[in-house]
Amino acid sequence: MRKLKEFVIEKLILFCGLASIFFVVLIFLFLLKEGLAVFKTVTPPQFLFGKSWYPISEPPHLGILPLILGSLMVTLGAALISIPIGVACAVYIAEVAPLKIKEILKSGIELLAAIPSVVLGFIGMVTIVPWIKSIFHLPTGLTALSGAVMLAFMAMPTIVSIAEDALYSVPKTYKEGALALGATHWQAIHRVILPAASSGIMAAVMLGIGRVIGETMAVMMITGNAAVIPHSILQPVRTLTATIAAEMGEAVVGSEHYFALFAVGIVLFVISFIVNVGADLFLHKKEQ
Amino acid sequence: MNDSNVTECPASPALKLKKRSRDPVLTQRLAFAFLFVSTLLIIVPVGLIIVIIVQKGLPGITWQFLSDIPRQGMRSGGIFPAILGTIYLVSGAIVFALPIGLLSAVYLSEYARGNFLTRLIKLAIVNLAGVPSVVYGLFGLALFVTFFKFGASILSGALTLGIMILPIIITASLEALESVPHSFREASRSLGASRWQTIRYVVLPNAISGIITGTILGLGRAAGETAPILFTVAAFYLPQLPGSIFDQVMALPYHLYVISTQVPNVDEKIRYGTALVLLAMVLFMNLAAVVIRCRFRKKKKW
Amino acid sequence: MVEFLIKDLNIWFGQIHAMKNVNMEIGSKQILSVIGPANSGKTTFLRMLNRLNELNDNFRMTGEVLFGGRDIVEMDPETVRKKIGMVFALPLPLPMSIFDNVAYGVKVSGVRNRKLQAAAVEKALKQAYLWDEVKDRLDTSAFKLSGGQQQRLCIARTLAVEPRVILFDEPCSGLDPISTAKVEEAMLVLKKDYTIILVTNNVKQAARVGDRTAFFLSSELVEMDGTDKIFTAPRDKRTDDYIRGKFG
Repeated sequence: MRKLKEFVIEKLILFCGLASIFFVVLIFLFLLKEGLAVFKTVTPPQFLFGKSWYPISEPPHLGILPLILGSLMVTLGAALISIPIGVACAVYIAEVAPLKIKEILKSGIELLAAIPSVVLGFIGMVTIVPWIKSIFHLPTGLTALSGAVMLAFMAMPTIVSIAEDALYSVPKTYKEGALALGATHWQAIHRVILPAASSGIMAAVMLGIGRVIGETMAVMMITGNAAVIPHSILQPVRTLTATIAAEMGEAVVGSEHYFALFAVGIVLFVISFIVNVGADLFLHKKEQ
Repeated sequence: MNDSNVTECPASPALKLKKRSRDPVLTQRLAFAFLFVSTLLIIVPVGLIIVIIVQKGLPGITWQFLSDIPRQGMRSGGIFPAILGTIYLVSGAIVFALPIGLLSAVYLSEYARGNFLTRLIKLAIVNLAGVPSVVYGLFGLALFVTFFKFGASILSGALTLGIMILPIIITASLEALESVPHSFREASRSLGASRWQTIRYVVLPNAISGIITGTILGLGRAAGETAPILFTVAAFYLPQLPGSIFDQVMALPYHLYVISTQVPNVDEKIRYGTALVLLAMVLFMNLAAVVIRCRFRKKKKW
Repeated sequence: MVEFLIKDLNIWFGQIHAMKNVNMEIGSKQILSVIGPANSGKTTFLRMLNRLNELNDNFRMTGEVLFGGRDIVEMDPETVRKKIGMVFALPLPLPMSIFDNVAYGVKVSGVRNRKLQAAAVEKALKQAYLWDEVKDRLDTSAFKLSGGQQQRLCIARTLAVEPRVILFDEPCSGLDPISTAKVEEAMLVLKKDYTIILVTNNVKQAARVGDRTAFFLSSELVEMDGTDKIFTAPRDKRTDDYIRGKFG
């Protein structure tokens, strides 16, 4: 009797163990199921590199290049801001900060990670957006730059905490060896510790960027949502994620627009897959 | 940074200049200053955000605001349906995700061998954690709303959120389970306990704090997310309470989005007040997780 | 009477050949001391007897271990472990109260009745000479006990399941001489009712308590004989060198 009960429980555990694989596959399959239909209307190159996105005109223009460029511009901007600052902060927390301050800083970073993206978007609307508008004398502050600043901020917790882990896991003997040879603390950090932690830091950067590409609400609230090919970082842009969030509510189920939005979802899924597998490879490289 | 510092003192003799530019102590001081400023650039805004929201939101928080339905196209009244909706969604998500996530973590920590399947599962968890939240929304729309015909409902939204927080729960539970020393398992098995009895009586009781912490963090995440509920449950304006799990509800994060971008001329007090309630809810859960973690850490017996 | 009969036992962990062609006969109700240098296979041998080795992923074995005439591989592993208890090198109480520690094995074998559990706990604690020291605080955490008390608690925990055999894996390596003496005293009393196999790094301890002694070296059984014989006239020179402290 007990044996039977345990047999059932163990099968259930095995079944749940496979749940993650099951859900990843399920997500991908359902995106494909709804999204591939768009390629009856447009070819994949037309879809990916088409320069105009007018999904409800007649006939619809379903080129997502403006959206890809919008995501790319915002992501690049965010990366340029967040990588140096985030890694520097991680180094400060891991190596320089006194123990007590370290704990405070870490909980500050955790706090930032916990703030919902819609709240950050709201704050961005009432702070960054008007600042950018007045600094650059623009007609609107809803620009790619505002989005990049906001997203840089949202990528920080990921970058800082993973990079800090990587720095922390560098064996203490490396540092002691460098210091014993007469190096200053900073020389030990930048000649020995940073290189030793480099693959972990790469993973941190990749996961931070992954977070930025996938971010939806804050971006939608502060980048202005103009689905045109951007020429400057001071123009409104629309990202892949914001397009789905903004338009799915109006898209008629089964229409080309609906299929196209799912196809955008496929693109996002594939990007996040590549980023995460890449980061995972870096993290495993560190383990060996 | 070195060079600029050097050019600032042209009066010094050349030899001294050269020596000074390589002065490791000065370099270190400059480098640490840069690290410190970078850290401030992250931490100060975090503090400011909290301060701004609390300062501007607090005046709007009244009993009426918390307990009333929205009125006059959300320009007055309260946010009770949105609060309640978020509580329903979060509870539903956890009811779904906790058992699956916990058992999944048990599998990985107690049963899985170091083989290809285990590697694949871990990769899947990493990917699940990385899928953009709006893609979860699409998935929920395709699977629960359309395919299973649950419609836009609490059920669809809660299941979508549940799958989204699964990796958080698995990762936290796994960490908690793995922190239970291996020797306890061996002692238990040597007394004739089966693998499941060992898990049930020795491993789980000692991992419970980490599991609770992870679950609360998952709750916090689910409460704050907007994109996954956009097409699966959230109602734009629904000044009434849901009758069953097949009804739509308002939800706090979506409500904040709506009143700050979609409805013109909403009183600042209402917008900041809503932001404050949402923030307080999420931060309270995080705080609870931290407190529980510290409590148990102190009580830890090994 | 023969307790264990081991035939051509070989064990591997991955590529490592951890036990080579061991053949042995272990009699019941006596103490067998197992000695040998570190990594000589003593502990692997011990963990084989109650099938703890198979908790490792990459464990493989060939040959037979007969326990009371039955092949242990064909028996239910939980039953084997109940019949063959184990006391580990370091005191390893479970993170629960003293009572629950001793009652644990009884509970998992299905005894729900609290009175029966209490009776088993009292009996086991008395057998391990711990009852008088803890009877007033059975509900406190087992971690509050001293190292020697914890080790006797582990012995009591093993006894509570009513095994036939008790395996000791260097049980005194973390204990002071007085605690060690208490544990040895307990062993000498226990051998009236139980078969005891004691793995030890301490050659003198093996000589003090063992009826028979087995010497392992490089995953092989070098020789096994009466303790007096091993310590006075060993057949193999390597045994002689080891007990005289020439290596180890």
